[in-house]
Amino acid sequence: MSVVQSLAGLLSLGGLFEIWTELDTWIVVTGILSSVSCALLGNFMVLRRLSMMGDAISHAVLPGLAIAFLVTGSRDSVTMFIGAAIVGVLTAVFTQSIHSLGKVDEGASMGVVFTTLFAIGLVLIVRAADSVDLDPGCVLYGAIELVPLEVVEVGSWLVPRAVVTLTVVLAINVGFIALFFKELRISAFDPATATTMGINAQVMHYLLMTLVAVTTVASFESVGSILVIAMLIVPAASAHLLTDRLLTMIIVSAVIAAVAAAGGHAAAITVPGIWGYADTSTAGMMAVVSGVIFFFTVFLAPRHGIVMKGVNQARLALRIVREDILALLYRLDETEGHESLPPVSRLLRECNGTGRLLYTMGMAALRMEGKVQRHGNVYHLTDIGTKKAGSLIRTHRLWESYLHKYSNLQVDHLHFSAERLEHVTGTRMQQALAAKTESPPTDPHGKAIPGDAEL
Amino acid sequence: MMESHEATDPGVHVADPPEFAVDALSDALLAGAEMSEVPALAPPNAYEQMPVVVRDLTVAYHRKPVLWDVDCDIEKGRIIGIIGPNGAGKSTLLKAILDLVPKASGRILIYGKRYRRQRRLVGYVPQRETVDWDFPVNALDVVTMGRYGVIGWCRPVTRKHRQAALAAMDRVGMADYARRQISQLSGGQQQRVFLARALVQDADIYFMDEPFAGVDAATEKAIIKLLQEFRENGKTVVVIHHDLQTVRDYFDNLILLNMRVVAAGATRDVFTEENLHRTYGGRLTLLDEAVQAIARRDDSRL
Repeated sequence: MSVVQSLAGLLSLGGLFEIWTELDTWIVVTGILSSVSCALLGNFMVLRRLSMMGDAISHAVLPGLAIAFLVTGSRDSVTMFIGAAIVGVLTAVFTQSIHSLGKVDEGASMGVVFTTLFAIGLVLIVRAADSVDLDPGCVLYGAIELVPLEVVEVGSWLVPRAVVTLTVVLAINVGFIALFFKELRISAFDPATATTMGINAQVMHYLLMTLVAVTTVASFESVGSILVIAMLIVPAASAHLLTDRLLTMIIVSAVIAAVAAAGGHAAAITVPGIWGYADTSTAGMMAVVSGVIFFFTVFLAPRHGIVMKGVNQARLALRIVREDILALLYRLDETEGHESLPPVSRLLRECNGTGRLLYTMGMAALRMEGKVQRHGNVYHLTDIGTKKAGSLIRTHRLWESYLHKYSNLQVDHLHFSAERLEHVTGTRMQQALAAKTESPPTDPHGKAIPGDAEL
Repeated sequence: MMESHEATDPGVHVADPPEFAVDALSDALLAGAEMSEVPALAPPNAYEQMPVVVRDLTVAYHRKPVLWDVDCDIEKGRIIGIIGPNGAGKSTLLKAILDLVPKASGRILIYGKRYRRQRRLVGYVPQRETVDWDFPVNALDVVTMGRYGVIGWCRPVTRKHRQAALAAMDRVGMADYARRQISQLSGGQQQRVFLARALVQDADIYFMDEPFAGVDAATEKAIIKLLQEFRENGKTVVVIHHDLQTVRDYFDNLILLNMRVVAAGATRDVFTEENLHRTYGGRLTLLDEAVQAIARRDDSRL
């Protein structure tokens, strides 16, 4: 199959529907359930800067699973959950105690605890491996493709067992967050104050860690620990960049997790086909898609995104260069024989280090706004331009007077401070400056300060 | 009346209440005291009038004592300053009173009872830097947190509580900023948000950790005005403070702390050059050395 054909197939989406079966639907449902369960809890871990705790717990529960199996000899879910939940909480407790008793950095102490527990888990599993189908590889990567094969009867339907388990876990997580919303919020934001009010932040922390352990175990078999870790961190981290309220952040993180799960499976069965390969690991692809979403968020987020920050910086730079041009033209008009001076672009580069591109854009903007006109090779301020420039000069010279009066700056240093301050000074501050300096007619260099009235 | 750690005459102590007295009795007997030396049983209710009573408080981090045998009484209806150099244990003293750090030894009572039974009476304003101001909440959310204790577990925040929070924000001049995300507020505004949160808590005793640090002049004035209103309403305010210039104007009483209580009492009595020198300048070198040895877990005698 050629690349063009597969691309066309992918773009029409017909290709996707052709190969989509009921099995794919169950796989996506499983993926969404576990991704959303993880993402919900992930919000509080990201906000408490405990992102890596998810990593630690998801590995450390392994001995819990193994011991639960060795003790009871069954792979029944409830036993597994209890074993995992106990070890999950122990991970949090051990990390905390090694951190505080051993004076070890929290990250290092987490690393020690979870690798040790994980290794113990591996040893136990391998020891019991002959009789068990508990497979270490399966724990890491999961086997979401096999999920639809193991079904249970719910009413008259045949539903995959994993879907049932994960639905219960998701319901528990949603219920937990709904019930303890304000307790979770305050103990993540200000644990000390929460504790003084009787909302013990430590208790909330361990409750959360218990649920993380339970969610991790429920997700293991189907999606594997890599996806669990990704979903605990990535959707919440993306949502944090996009929103300013906790509830919105939680909802957005859940949506991102669901989109990543559905998109991940769709990508897993279509994208490799473009290059003529068989479909790839769905769990892996889900994690990749969530990573891609995060990448775009970092760039495009409305307030915290890199693109927006860049745009804001460019707008600021453009405003400053426009103000500099106006002020320079005003000063030239004040100067006798300014016709013999070099062109404005060169003066500006020498005084303020303004680049050619920025200058060209600033000048073009000013001419469009009708503040500057060009006569032959010379630029002149229009009436509006003069007014605006006069106000800038007034601010500049008032600042010089103010600094001269109230700080012990040398007279030849005043200009540079005023040059920066003039760009951030509004009307209110200009009035305050005038009041503080009693509106002198001239600045410390003896230049006239344009009056408020004539502007 | 506040008493200094150096007070040697047992007569100036407010007599211990029964809860203490039994402990004190057993302590004294264990220490091999004669029955005649054991303090007499106190009259009941002696401490119930006192917002905070601290006795023999020692707190240690990693076995290194941060507070050493601290005694202090905090009187009702006063603004009390705690001053001392960095690392003197000022924040730790507040946290010990608020039951946030474990005590190596000692007893603390809030109106005669243990902290756990008196939470509702106590409001805490932590240092501004201790929380994450990028947290996804707006100013109103933070102020409303002051009501969480009253609202109780698992109950949602209702309109009534939000209105109380808005009223508190109005009192500190922050009503216009209620819907702002907290990272967009200036340092002074953030501090006012914290104060509004303390205000809606409607506590009886407030503990504030450096509320004046890094705030603008207008906020500083607003804060001190609020503290004075608290005092007029019979509330007690304990403030950790750094600016020695304003001590005389702001505080009725003062605790000078440097691991131990160097001096405590009415500001005009204890805010003296000598006491300041003892607080900020000279540590007790022998005690210091002993403390170092404890931290080193040295077995050798000094």
